[in-house]
Amino acid sequence: MFTKPVHTRLLYAAILIAALTLPWYVPDAYIFQIVTMSLLFAIAVSGMNLIIGFTGQASLAHGAFFGIGAYGVAIMTKAGISFWLALPAAALVSAFIGFLVGLPSLRTRGSYFAIVTLCFGVILWIVAGNWIELTGGHNGIFGIPRPSPIPVPVFGSIEFFTQTPLYYLALAALLLTIFVLRRLVYSVFGLSLMAVRNNEPLADAVGINPFATKLISFVIANFIAGLAGGMYAAIIGAVSPSAAGYMMTFNFLIYLILGGMATLSGPVVGAFAIPVVMEFMQFLGDFRMLIFGALLVFVIIYFPQGFVGGLRQLNQKVAAWRQQ
Amino acid sequence: MELFLQQVFNGIMFGSTYAIVALGLTLVMGILNIPNFAHGHLYMLGGYLLYYFGVTMGLGYWFGLIFSVICLGLVGVLMERFIYRPLNNQPHINAFIAAIGALLFLEALALVVWGPQGLRVPNPHPQILHFLGITIGIQRLLVIAGAVALIVGLHLFMKKTIMGTTIEAVAQNREGAMLTGINVNRVSAMTFAISAATAAVAASLISPIFMLSPAMGAILGMKAFVIVILGGMGSIPGAILGGYILGLIEALGGGYISAAYKDVFAFGALILILSIKPTGLFGKREV
Repeated sequence: MFTKPVHTRLLYAAILIAALTLPWYVPDAYIFQIVTMSLLFAIAVSGMNLIIGFTGQASLAHGAFFGIGAYGVAIMTKAGISFWLALPAAALVSAFIGFLVGLPSLRTRGSYFAIVTLCFGVILWIVAGNWIELTGGHNGIFGIPRPSPIPVPVFGSIEFFTQTPLYYLALAALLLTIFVLRRLVYSVFGLSLMAVRNNEPLADAVGINPFATKLISFVIANFIAGLAGGMYAAIIGAVSPSAAGYMMTFNFLIYLILGGMATLSGPVVGAFAIPVVMEFMQFLGDFRMLIFGALLVFVIIYFPQGFVGGLRQLNQKVAAWRQQ
Repeated sequence: MELFLQQVFNGIMFGSTYAIVALGLTLVMGILNIPNFAHGHLYMLGGYLLYYFGVTMGLGYWFGLIFSVICLGLVGVLMERFIYRPLNNQPHINAFIAAIGALLFLEALALVVWGPQGLRVPNPHPQILHFLGITIGIQRLLVIAGAVALIVGLHLFMKKTIMGTTIEAVAQNREGAMLTGINVNRVSAMTFAISAATAAVAASLISPIFMLSPAMGAILGMKAFVIVILGGMGSIPGAILGGYILGLIEALGGGYISAAYKDVFAFGALILILSIKPTGLFGKREV
C-alpha cells in the first residue's frame, strides 16, 4: 500500500511532464480553460475525498464551501484586498464555517449527516441568490481582479494576465494539495480517519476520539474546498450562485465516485474524465443528461469502485493470476 | 388576523402535499433503508403524466389522476427492480449516487418530452369560498381532504390487510421476515409502487394550483427528505406531523418575514431540530 510498483511511478512521471508542457501543444484557449477548471475541480474533489472517501462521512455541502471561497475572494478583491491575502483568508473563513456547521451536524450519522449538510448547501445557495447587496443576487459578481504579479528576484516578476500562468498556478495548487493529502492520509491521523470510517465503536474503544477526528477532517476538507473556490473566482473572473449550489456538490460527488473513492488519484481522474465525456456528449442536446443519468446508474451498479478502484482490483487479479 | 388565518390555511394546504410526499419517501427509507433521493422527481413525473392523460389525451382531470397514479406505481416497481435492488449490498452513498443518476434522467426526460416552459393543468374546481374573511379555493380544500383520505387509507392498509402487515414485518426484521417465507423482493417492489403512487397523488392534487416544470422535483425532493429526517427516519406519524410543521413554518415565515427566504426557514428549522435531537422528533434511539 505504501510503495508503488515502478511502472506506476513511470506513469505518474509521464502525466506530470505532460501537464507541465501542456501550454506548448494546446493552442485552443477554450480547451485550455476547461483543463484549468478541471485542475481546480480536482483540488475541490480531493478535499471532498478526505471527508467522504477516507472518513466515510457523506458531506453534501462541499459545493457550498467551494462557493464560500469563491464569494470570499470575489468580495475581498473587489474591495481592494490583494488576491494573495484574500485567498487564504477566504479558505480560512470556509474552514471556520465548516467548523461551526460540523459541531452540531457531525453528531448525526449516515443519511442524517448527508441531509443536514445538503440543507446547509441549499440555504447558502438561496442566500447567495437573494442577498443582492453582498453577492449581486442571481447575476453574481463580475470583473473580479486577476491575482497581482509576484515579484521574483533576478527574473523580474510573474504576471497573471494570460491563461498560461493561471494554469500553472492551478497546477501547482493541485500538486501541493495532493502532496499534503498524501502525507496526511499515510500519517497516524490518516489511519484514525479510516478506523472511524470502518468501525466507529471499535475506533472509539482503542482510544480514537471519533467526533474530533471527523470534525478535523471536515474542517480540512472545507479549507481545501474554499481554496479551490477562491482560485476559481479569480481565474474565471466571475461568480454566481451556481458556483455555490447543490448541483456543484452533485458534480463533485459524481467526479469522486466515478473516479474512485478513497484513492489519491481517483478525484483527479474523475475531475478530468467526466467533463471531457460531458463535452463529447454536447451534440446530443437535451438527450445528453438523459443518457448521462442512465450511464451514472449503470456505472454505479456495475463498477461501484470507480475507475481507479476498478483498475486496482484488476491489477490485484492479474498479480494473483501471475503468482499461480 | 385575516392574514394570519390565510397563511395558516395555505400552510395546511402545502403541509398536506408535503405530508403525502414525505409519507411515500419514509416508506422506502424506513422499510427498505433506501435513500431514494429521486422521490421528488417521481412527484414531478406524476404531475406531467396527469397533464398528458388529462389534458393532452383529453380524458379529464379525474381519469388523468387515476392513470398517472397507475403509471407511477409501475415506474416505482421498475426503479426498485433495476436501480436499487442491484445496489442492496453496497454502501449507502452508492444508492445516493444512483438516485442522482435517476433524477437527472427523469428531469431530462421531462425536458425532452414536455419542454422547459411551464405547463398549466386547468383547474377542475375553480369555485372559491369566503370564510372568516379568508378566500378558500375548492381545489385547495380538495388537496387537504385528499391528503387526509390518503393518510387514513394507507394507515388502514398497513394495519388491516395481509400485504400491509407483511410490509411492516419486513420493516421490523428483514431476515426474520425472510425466514418465515416472505418474499422480500416482492415486498420491496410493492412498497416502491405505493411510494411512487402516493407521490403521483400529491402531484395530481396540487398541479391545478401550480405550474408544472421539469425542475419542480428537486426542491420538493429535498424538502421531503428534510421532513423524513425531521420526523425520525421511517416514522409515519413523524412524516405527517413533519409535513404540516414544514408547511406552516414556510407559510408563516414567508408571509410575515420574507417570501424569498421561505425555504431557508424550512431547512434552517431542520438543522436546529437535529442539533437538539439528532434522531429526529419521532426517531428511535440508536443502539
